Amino acid sequence: MKRIVLKGGHVVDPSEKINRVTDLFIKNGKIEKIGKFSTRGYKEIDVSGLVVVPGFVDIHTHLREPGREDSETILSGTTAAAAGGFTSIACMPNTDPPIDSIDAVRFIYDRAKNAPIKVYPIASITKGQKGEELTDMIDCVRAGAVAFSEDGKSVANTDLMLNALEYSKMLGVPIISHCEEPSLSRNGVMNEGEVSDLLGLKGIPKAAEEVMVYRDIILSEYVGARLHIAHISTHRSVIAVIEAKKRGAHITSEITPHHLALSDTEVKKFDPNFKVNPPLRDDRELAFLRDDLVKGRIDCIATDHAPHAEQDKAVEFPLAPFGVIGLETAVGVILTEFYHTKRLSLTQIVSLMSTTPASILNLPAGTLKRGVAADITVLDTQKEWIVEGFRSKSKNSPFIGRMLIGKAVMTISDGEIVYSDGV
Amino acid sequence: MNLSINNLLGLEGVSRRDILLILDTARSFRQILERPVKKVPTLRGVTIANLFFEPSTRTRISFELAEKRLSADVVNFSANASSIQKGENLIDTARNIEAMKVDMVVMRHAYPGAPHFLSRYVSSVVINAGDGAHEHPTQALLDFYTIREHFDRFRDLRVVIVGDIKHSRVARSNIWGLKTLGASVAVCGPSTLLPRYIDAFGVDCFTDIEEALKGANVVNVLRLQLERQTSGYIPSLREYREYFGIKKHHLSLLDKSHIIMHPGPINRGIEITPEVADCEDSVILQQVTNGVAVRMAVLYLLSRGLQTAPEE
Repeated sequence: MKRIVLKGGHVVDPSEKINRVTDLFIKNGKIEKIGKFSTRGYKEIDVSGLVVVPGFVDIHTHLREPGREDSETILSGTTAAAAGGFTSIACMPNTDPPIDSIDAVRFIYDRAKNAPIKVYPIASITKGQKGEELTDMIDCVRAGAVAFSEDGKSVANTDLMLNALEYSKMLGVPIISHCEEPSLSRNGVMNEGEVSDLLGLKGIPKAAEEVMVYRDIILSEYVGARLHIAHISTHRSVIAVIEAKKRGAHITSEITPHHLALSDTEVKKFDPNFKVNPPLRDDRELAFLRDDLVKGRIDCIATDHAPHAEQDKAVEFPLAPFGVIGLETAVGVILTEFYHTKRLSLTQIVSLMSTTPASILNLPAGTLKRGVAADITVLDTQKEWIVEGFRSKSKNSPFIGRMLIGKAVMTISDGEIVYSDGV
Repeated sequence: MNLSINNLLGLEGVSRRDILLILDTARSFRQILERPVKKVPTLRGVTIANLFFEPSTRTRISFELAEKRLSADVVNFSANASSIQKGENLIDTARNIEAMKVDMVVMRHAYPGAPHFLSRYVSSVVINAGDGAHEHPTQALLDFYTIREHFDRFRDLRVVIVGDIKHSRVARSNIWGLKTLGASVAVCGPSTLLPRYIDAFGVDCFTDIEEALKGANVVNVLRLQLERQTSGYIPSLREYREYFGIKKHHLSLLDKSHIIMHPGPINRGIEITPEVADCEDSVILQQVTNGVAVRMAVLYLLSRGLQTAPEE
């Protein structure tokens, strides 16, 4: 009988409408109760001055196992996630081989048995992510896949995408769409804009994303399927989702911390740690996206944590692969950019990083409700720290050297402390 | 006088003083090229590696001649960027060359930013001999030298760059430098071959060749890569030649005092008629000669940092 009490923390849980200083009791790995009760028989952890929230949920992570274990493994990625305050993550299927079968889904669960936090596999929409035939979707869902995505690219064949949406309806899981019209983005390495023109780098126009966002919204509304737009990066895409929602479509969207904090001006130094897909947009778009997040037009935050080994990333900018890591910096970036600037409340941030992403993928997470698994994150919102050194096997962060304010200082998964930084 | 820069990566942000110092220095080297013995001992003992990761004939020969006329020791390395991808990466290639105690690196690369990237990893002086569509600073400097030779000024000069601005490193370096020097710059080409965000360059922009050429002192005609048609930027070479090619009758639109430039190699009969390319207002071959002198000046001025730089 393991009993822990987190004493004197500021508990914030939008799902239970809690926002006060109180105690949180954990018993046998579950949340027992919240409030002022006798602490006798409980191991006391003093979290006064700290914030206690439902563990963060990242519905867009790349773990690279199987295939590129030199850049990340399920163990290293989940260790990084725990250090970033995440207790549940969903991993994308673009591994080698891709997650496109019952065996592959089971492999992820098997490898995640010893992970500090929970991992939920997302399976690919088509076999081998080749864009030709649908994955055995029923099989994958039965094995535990929580969504389908071709992440890294769009399903170029529109008819196949329509069938994927139609087929997924009977499974109750969303299709997550990486929206990119390949003929428009071809050979592009950064946002198309003033900076790409000045640098002579081939640009990826915003239209490459927006054309596909509109296509997939039209398709999902046509068959009434559940669609989630991954890493949204333009205001026009956001508006397209909002308008579809007003028509009653069941469509959601996510945005990454880097698309909320950085612009394409960072590329001027040709540092591949600023090469991501979709690309960092221009300053004007960045301001629009930040406003969209604050106004509640974007459903959740997801990291798109994309580790790349040093030898792959430390090359000429156009040759470098797309992607940046983000699990260990996400909450720091969001608190620095939105909480300390008084643009978002803690309740809103917890909703964006825990409650809502959990509900988008129907994950048993994102709440401190009595009786659920004790997946909890303790934040020090005032802690100032410099980004350096990672638990991830890769170091391709665009935030290296930056000072952030706010950090996860303790992460609890199923009632076990899986990460602690000075608490 | 010394340059305020340690490498020549591009002309964006390079000061007027630095550009003029290079042009002034080139003038004395230009005289050396007219002598029977075209060689000076200025860079004796200095080792220069020419790293060409993209095919180039004239720029490579021009640099090599400039280096040899300054008595530098020269090594050449040519490779195709795609073959490099498969093996050793650029950092390792550069570090190996540096480990052989090379003082200066001249680099041509298909990718924008490659020389900037290299300069972060090696302590040798890095000179950009063209990085993708980004910059080609020595080409622009030789263009400026040629302009100055004819007009002895930059202020109040109207320079029109014609052609595929979007993919042109020559255009970018020319725009930055000419603006710094005080010239008025215009670009002209089909709208698909102009940068979509051309406003960021602060130049006048035309799609009508006759409008663009009115009153111009300098017409710099860019080479049209023939594959622009197959990749969908222009409908046909014929249409390009008809509407954007420089022809004899255009010369009357220009200011009375004018020159015609082209960075080469020329597609005769496409972006420029042979008649214009070979007319007495054309300075295309003077550009080539001046190129050697300008590159000698760049190499010499940047080498002056070698003695004072602390050894690792």
